[in-house]
Parts: sequence; C-alpha cells; structure tokens
Amino acid sequence: MAEIKEVTYQPDSIIEELGYDDHFHDHGHDGDKYQVGFVSKYIFSTDHKIIAKQYLITGIIWAIIAAGMSVIFRLQLGFPEESMAWLRPLLGKWIVVNSEGFGTLAPEFYYALVTIHGTILVFFVLTAGLSGTFSNFLIPLQIGARDMASPFLNMLSYWFFFLAGLVMFLSLFVSTGPFSGGWVAYPPLSALPQAMSGSGVGMDLWLMSLVFFVVSVLLGGINYITTILNLRTKGMTMLRLPLTIWSFLVTAIIGLLSFPVLVAGFFLLIFDRTIGTSFYLSDIFIGGEALNHTGGSPVLYQHLFWFLGHPEVYIIILPAMGIVSEVMSTHARKPIFGYKAMIVSIASIGFLSFLVWAHHMFVSGMNPFIANFFILFTLIIAIPSAIKVFNWLTTLYQGDLHLRVPMLFAIGFVSFFISGGLTGLFLGNAPIDIQVHDTYFVVGHFHIVMGVAAFFGMWAGVYHWFPKMYGRFMNETMGKIHFWLTLISAYMVFWPMQYLGIAGVPRRYYSFDSFQTFSMFDGMNKVITVFAIIAFFTQLIFIFNFFYSIFYGRKVKSKNPWKATTLEWSTDIHPGHGNWEGKLPTVHRWPYDYNIDQVEYKPQYVPVSEGEEVIH
Amino acid sequence: MTTKYEHTNTTIHPMMFLLWLGMAGIVMLFGALTSAYIVRESAGNWLEFQLPKLFLWNTAVILASSVALHAAYIGYKKRRITTYRMGLVISFALGLLFLALQYMAWNELFARGIELTGNPSGSFVYVMTGIHALHLVSGLMALGVAIYHAFKLPYEITQKRVNRFKLVLYYWHFLAGLWIYLFLFLNIM
Repeated sequence: MAEIKEVTYQPDSIIEELGYDDHFHDHGHDGDKYQVGFVSKYIFSTDHKIIAKQYLITGIIWAIIAAGMSVIFRLQLGFPEESMAWLRPLLGKWIVVNSEGFGTLAPEFYYALVTIHGTILVFFVLTAGLSGTFSNFLIPLQIGARDMASPFLNMLSYWFFFLAGLVMFLSLFVSTGPFSGGWVAYPPLSALPQAMSGSGVGMDLWLMSLVFFVVSVLLGGINYITTILNLRTKGMTMLRLPLTIWSFLVTAIIGLLSFPVLVAGFFLLIFDRTIGTSFYLSDIFIGGEALNHTGGSPVLYQHLFWFLGHPEVYIIILPAMGIVSEVMSTHARKPIFGYKAMIVSIASIGFLSFLVWAHHMFVSGMNPFIANFFILFTLIIAIPSAIKVFNWLTTLYQGDLHLRVPMLFAIGFVSFFISGGLTGLFLGNAPIDIQVHDTYFVVGHFHIVMGVAAFFGMWAGVYHWFPKMYGRFMNETMGKIHFWLTLISAYMVFWPMQYLGIAGVPRRYYSFDSFQTFSMFDGMNKVITVFAIIAFFTQLIFIFNFFYSIFYGRKVKSKNPWKATTLEWSTDIHPGHGNWEGKLPTVHRWPYDYNIDQVEYKPQYVPVSEGEEVIH
Repeated sequence: MTTKYEHTNTTIHPMMFLLWLGMAGIVMLFGALTSAYIVRESAGNWLEFQLPKLFLWNTAVILASSVALHAAYIGYKKRRITTYRMGLVISFALGLLFLALQYMAWNELFARGIELTGNPSGSFVYVMTGIHALHLVSGLMALGVAIYHAFKLPYEITQKRVNRFKLVLYYWHFLAGLWIYLFLFLNIM
C-alpha cells in the first residue's frame, strides 16, 4: 500500500473563508430564551442537541425497566421450582406467598410483564430512544443546519413521548395490573374490559399511552423530513448526505405513513371498548353469556395493526443500519462500499415494508392464495438486505480497522443482522411459518434481528457520538467488556430459543408443567435464563460508564477525535445554540473520502483541490 | 415560535412543508379507515341504508366556507380589508354551521334506527364523519387565530403573515377536500 499522508484541518478558518453567512448570529443570542435559566435550557429546551439527550436518557431508563421485567419472567421460565418470595418487596401482591413461605409469580402478572416488556422495547426504547436520539442529534449537525425546521414542535414531540411514558408507568401500578394481552393487543382480549384482569384500566392506560406516543412520533417525523429536505447547507446535495441521514429520512417517511394507520386501528378498538361498537367483536360468550356485539372481525384489527407493525421493524432497524454504515466507514478508514447501492436498498426496504404486513397473519385464517403475494414480497426484502450486508463486509475487507468500541458494536450488528435475518427467510414462508408460528423460533428470530441488532447499532452510535454529545470519551475498557459479554450472552439467550421453537415449544406460556413433551428442555431454559441475567448485569457496566463519563470521562482535546469527514466534527467541542459559531460550513464532497489519493481523510467542508477527482 | 434561519435549498417554506407532511399523515388515517370499511363490507353481514340528505347540504356549506376563506386571502393580499375580515368571519361561521348540520345528520340517522353500536356499516359512518369533525375543530381553532390577527394586529402585508395565512388556507381547503372524499366514498360504496 502506498504511503498515506497524514493531514490536519482547521475547520474554523476554512468555514470562515468559504462558509455561508446566514446572519444567524447578527441579532445576538445572549439574551435568548435558549440560554437563560435551567428550565428552558435543560428541561423545556428547544435545542435539538438537548432534546436528543433527553430522548437517549429516557430511553435508557425505559430499557432498564423493560430488561428488568425480562429477568423476572426468565426466572419463572428457567427456575419455576424456585421460590420468588424475595421479589415480594418489589412486586407486592403479584408474588403469591403460601403458608410455607414459598413465593410464586402470579400468572396474570407474568403475562403483563411479557406484554409491557415488548411494548416498551419496541416503542419507547428502539423507536423513541434510537431514532428519537440520533435523528435529533445528527440531522441538523450533519446537514449543516442551525436546528430543526420547527424547534418548538420538536420539543413538543419529546414531551408527548414523556407523557406517553408517564401514563404507561402509571399503568404498572394499577390494582388490576397493566395490560397483559400481548404487545400486539389483539381483540377480543384487548377489546373486552372483562376478558382478563389486565384488559380493564390497564388497557385503557396502555391505549392512551400509545396514542400520545404516536403523536410524538408524527411530530418528530414531519420535522425530521422537513429539516432534511429544506434546511441542508449549500453544497449538501442528496447524494452527499451521510447514510445516517438517508436512513433517518426513510425511517421518518415510513413512520409518517404507517403510524396513522395504527391510530385508526386503535380508534376503532377504543370505540369497541367504550361505546360498544362491534368493529372487531362478534359472537362472543363470556361466563356462558352471549355479548351484544355482532358483525365485527378480529382479523380487521390484525390487518390495521400489522400495516404499522411490519414497517415498525424497519423503523427500528434502518437508523441502526445508517449508524453502522457511518461508524464502520470511519473506523475502517475506507469509503463505504457501494454508497448509492446503500441508498437504493434503504429506499427499497422502506417501500417493500408496506407490502409484507400479512406475513404475520399466515395462521389467522386468511386466504392462502393471498398469502403467496406476501411471501413473495417478504422474500424480496432479502435482496436489499443482502446488498447491505455485502457492502458492510466489503467495507471491512482490506480496511485499516481500528477496533475501538463503536467499531466492535458495528461489526457485532452485522453478525446479528445476518444470523437473525436468515431465520427470517424461514418465517417468511407460510408453510414453515405455520409450523413454527407462536413458538420460540419467532421469539429468537425477532430478538436477534431487530432487538439485539438494533441495540448494537444504538450502542455503536452512543460510543461513537458520545464525545460530540458530552465533550468526553466513554471508558474504552469498560466498553470492550460490555461488548464481549453482551455479544456472548445475547447469542446464548436467543440461539437456543430457535432450537426450542423448531421442537415446537410455544411462546407466551407461563410454565410447561402440564405436559411432559417439553420437560426435556428444562436445562436449556435454565441456560437461557442464566445468560439473560448475565446480559442484564452487563448493561449495568454500560450505564455506569455512560453516566460516569458524562462527568469524569477523558476530555476531548480536538474537534475531530475520530478523524471523521462529516460536518458535526467541525463544530466546537461543546457546540452552542445554532451549532456553528460563525458561518455555516459549505459542502464540497461526499461524506466518505477516507484514504483516497493517499490522503488520510478529507472532511466534507474541504474544497476540491485542483486536479482532484470528485466522487459525488 | 418559528425559526428565523435562512434556508438555502428551499423552494417551499419549511412550515408549509411540515403542513403537507401532516396532511399526508391525515390522509393515511382516513385511508386506513376507508380500507377497513371496504374489507369489512366485503365480508358480508352488512346493513345497507340511506345516508342523511343533510350530508349533501353540508358539502355545499363546507365548499362555501372554503370559497369565503379564499376570498379573504385574496382580499388580504389586495388590501381589501373588509373582504379580508368578513371572509374570515363568514368562513368560520360556515365551519360552525357544518358542525351543527353534522350533529343534526347524526341525530337523523339515530332516529332512523342506525345506531352507533349497531351493524358496523352504521358505526363506520359515525366514526369517519366524527373523526373528520374533530379535525374540523382543529381547523376552526386555526381560523380563530387568523381572525384574532385580522382584527387585532395593524393591517400590513408581510411575508410572514402571508405564509401564516397560507397555512390556514391550505389546511382548510384540505379539510373540505377530505369531506368531499368521505362524502363520495360513502355514497359510492
């Protein structure tokens, strides 16, 4: 390999010379509402960087709660013969202690734990915590904008999310328990308050919380799209956008088009519950009595739910993919392989995500001929996904890999995405899906491909942009311990589940003591639980590292510690209101000029020198 | 609070673009409801009934309201202050009339035995027109702000006020269009 020339850049002077003066600082922001007072600066802030941190920290808190729930129900599944009396101080009446002091988890509450675990992780952590954090933080910084198109709506978006969280949190303490009919909330369990204890007040609060949540997503999403399309700085053409921004754009569009459909489904559900309409209910007997509802169809709800539900998994995974592409290119010191192919595959995944929803409904009694249509499109999604995987691997190939923590997590993401994606091919085929539907095969599949993989993308992003967020580094050693323990324990939790599923072990069961068929899997269930506990405690290392580093981490000394090309690294170490001190940077090249023409890297704000060939 | 940032890549004002995206979301909401209607209808056990005649009157009222608001907008730009102010007020009043007629139409349906909790074919009519009416209330709030500005602020033509007026105008036209869509949909299905 030819000698690579090391370079340093002075973003301040380049931007001063070539930047674009939008007169932003002319009227002075010292007396600005942004700057005065703790409340307007840190709480009801309209600054996208603070809102991003609010999303991130709220997401972390929810992730702890949801992961804690999973530990409790894993204890039930792995060690049903052990007493849980020690959990009584935390769970109160949901631990039933008999006269001998032996405590068992109330079955109703087991279902509530499973339901709320899923709801929180899908919506609050991997939607709000992931795309809320990084869309907010990176969109203005990477496209060269002062802030979002509407900072006020952006603030409102966070506070609707907060409200959604508050209502969901309250529902945990209702005496009849939180909603427990599964995160998909299928009627009739979700539509009839008398169906089970969690279907009463708990379900009312669950629905209220999710409607607030959708408002939050929509307010955020329209803002992200507008900002990306309208507020790019001079020279930032669409084909010079970092892949993070492309993925946030498509994510926001998917959300805008699919969440209203979920709300329509929820409205009809609310009317069925409260007013007594029969959109989803028909011919139901409870306690031997026939209900008045006739003429409804529960499958209608499933269609409306999965019209959001499937795009939702891409809402979760696309931002992680964007982050991974960016992190990988930076730490492999190589241009991302197939930049345009990456954009096309992001867009086509977004498009196809709307054509596959009924692959969740192969056993709902739908017409098997219609199922063929959904099988076809589901399998077609494998193509853009495989293109992306190929491009990541080729980006790594012969790269100058710097295996720092964000890079490890980015590589880990690809590993999980491959192994989880492959099982998706099985599930996308109706004949196989009918066999493994509602078994642990499904649980293993989606946890690996959109749970763990999305988390790895998120961690890659957190470790990579932490210096930009807080002006300090996270601890590298703790980060590596976090990575390896999480990688191993996540695989050890979800891989065995796929074997369980092939053997037919059904999901959502409280215990397997009624029949002997599955008793041979006791040992495997114990192993899964042990690794789930290890994974949980490993996250405490991350959480300690995160909060400790905010205050005591190693300080960032230069503006661009990773020698990255994107615009956010040309701002001050602690960027203020408006992001850039003086003029806005102008953009002269695509974002992946690493080791091209024997030059170490060329940031986007660096002008094209004479005789240089420009890529985009 | 809107931003004062200059934007460099724009042919459309960011706030207007935000509104377009918001309207896209509303279109998806009603698209979902009407698709649910079609799916449910094709499943059978579907009660056929006459829609209230008042729906036709309502279509005229909401169109007139849109025309009045458009007249107000042109009046504002051409310095015809009376047209500007009266157009807004008339448009607002017609919006209220629309809601009142809608309420009467629901009562008429109810009197004919088409209850909200009966066969889903009736429930859908109540729910779809009801959610449309809720959106109309949000439009009336925006109109209320526009009326407040028209009477309280000194009359002057600024780019900022033109933009603001356009937001209300487009949203109101959109709601009228949405009603016409629902009206045609319910009549044809």
